[in-house]
Amino acid sequence: MLNSRRTSVDRSEKKSVNNQKIITMLAMNYRGPFRVRADEKPRPKIEHPEDAIVKVLRSCICGSDLHIYHGMVPDTRVGTTFGHEFVGVVEEIGPEVTKLKVGDKVIVPFNISCGKCAFCKQELYGNCHESNPQATAVGGIFGYSHTAGGFDGGQAEYARVPYANVGPTIIPEGMDLDDAVLLTDVVPTGYQAAEMGGIKLGDTVVVFGAGPIGIMAAKCAWLFGAGRVIVIDNVNYRLEFAKNYSQCEAYNYEEIGDPVEFLKKTTDWLGADVCIDAVGCEAGGQGMQTITGRKMMLQSGSSTALQWAINSVKKGGIVSIVGVYGPTGNLVPIGNVVNKGITIRANQASVKRLLPRLIEHVQAGRLNPKGIITHRIPLENVAEAYRIFSDKLDNCIKTVLIPPTVRT
Amino acid sequence: METLKSEYSHIKGWGIDNDPQDEPNYPMKHYTGDDHMRIRWKRPTLQKVDVELLLSTERPTPSAVFGSKNPPRGLSGMIRRYAFRHSENEFKHWLPLLLADRVDVIEGMIEDLVHMKFPRVVKERGWYALAKHAPGILARKIGVRLAVVAAIAGLGTYKLAKS
Repeated sequence: MLNSRRTSVDRSEKKSVNNQKIITMLAMNYRGPFRVRADEKPRPKIEHPEDAIVKVLRSCICGSDLHIYHGMVPDTRVGTTFGHEFVGVVEEIGPEVTKLKVGDKVIVPFNISCGKCAFCKQELYGNCHESNPQATAVGGIFGYSHTAGGFDGGQAEYARVPYANVGPTIIPEGMDLDDAVLLTDVVPTGYQAAEMGGIKLGDTVVVFGAGPIGIMAAKCAWLFGAGRVIVIDNVNYRLEFAKNYSQCEAYNYEEIGDPVEFLKKTTDWLGADVCIDAVGCEAGGQGMQTITGRKMMLQSGSSTALQWAINSVKKGGIVSIVGVYGPTGNLVPIGNVVNKGITIRANQASVKRLLPRLIEHVQAGRLNPKGIITHRIPLENVAEAYRIFSDKLDNCIKTVLIPPTVRT
Repeated sequence: METLKSEYSHIKGWGIDNDPQDEPNYPMKHYTGDDHMRIRWKRPTLQKVDVELLLSTERPTPSAVFGSKNPPRGLSGMIRRYAFRHSENEFKHWLPLLLADRVDVIEGMIEDLVHMKFPRVVKERGWYALAKHAPGILARKIGVRLAVVAAIAGLGTYKLAKS
């Protein structure tokens, strides 16, 4: 048993199982595709000397959570708690944790990074090699299936946070928790999408997808000096939101005919300088992709957005991918990538690397992350929260779950 | 660089056009040369392996930390063990995992029943939210399910009557 330091408050009920006292907490519990509930589960414990236990103050449902909610990510086991976007207060620390203390309020990056492997040392914190034994293609991610390390996530009252010396960042004095929770994934991923686009001053940037990440990528494209930003989606209320929040043009692909032709026409028939795929494996818009990717699962989801990005970008342009795809393969026009000399850049956001700059942007008022939050829902109602976000009900853009521990 | 240069001195022009600034991954990656240390970095303390851990065939040892919840169980666990005999490069790895996930759902329902917990499908599927915000969609979903059940029941009755 590891030595650990913890606060004295234990509000959760205690249950006796096999004569052992188990302290429980409320947590989201995955029961199968489209089926989740809030359950009492054992509270996490320190399992590694660099662990911290964090009492969750806010957690979000991410668009990529929907891929596991829909049963599209292999090795998503029943009983898993999702949630890779959360902030909280440090409740307990392991004996090797030196950079945090009990009571610190922290932003917890969605990727779990050791800080010691060759990848972390080069700031590829999203590609850590010491946080996922089940797969080498992806680093550890909170609450994102056993393919991403099998860690429980933050849609709970408490979460185990490995490598607490590396990832968690203390929330600056005065920063709103709603802003802080969006710095765990949405803002860094949107920002890195724009950063990977290598945007030159005056560039035309097209963002596919008007979900939270697409909206944030469009907003961040201006920070890199874009001259024109266009968002493409098929959900009108989201396009309207993107237009206002990200100060960009927004078009419904169901109303403009062939989106590739439309984008060529509106860029003097050359194509956009930079295209960003902020959709991933559940894109609509093309029957063949939808049937083979989403219905029959013959490929790792539908790659319509990526196909459009490749075909809409100019020759020698850059395609930046932050949309999530599964591990097997997708049908994309790779011949066009070669013939047009396109550069494709992609990665999971390196949250730890980006946080200092993004905190500056938030504090200076250049970014207003909490402006995308439309729903605040008690953790107990997690099933409804997922349904609202998944089915885009009630003009939902971003959902925050509030644990009961915080409300009392 | 100089050490490498001497190592490759037998190759005329080796590295002559190398440009360290040409890093297509920049600014995501701050190249330090650590890549060439391969896996010889100083590893963090290793988490004790006290649950069954399925390990990718593409790495020799477990990562220093891992999630210890929900180890493989039952039939789904057997399928997962089979999947992990194959590399991440193979469909034989990923497709059985998808199958195992579906089997796991049924095992989860049985587990619920064993613990006298009856699946509250309407609640778990978030249909209260649908009823509130999109009753039409909910009605369609229920209608489709009823139609499927009726069709199966009808087909069964017909076959039974025929036999």
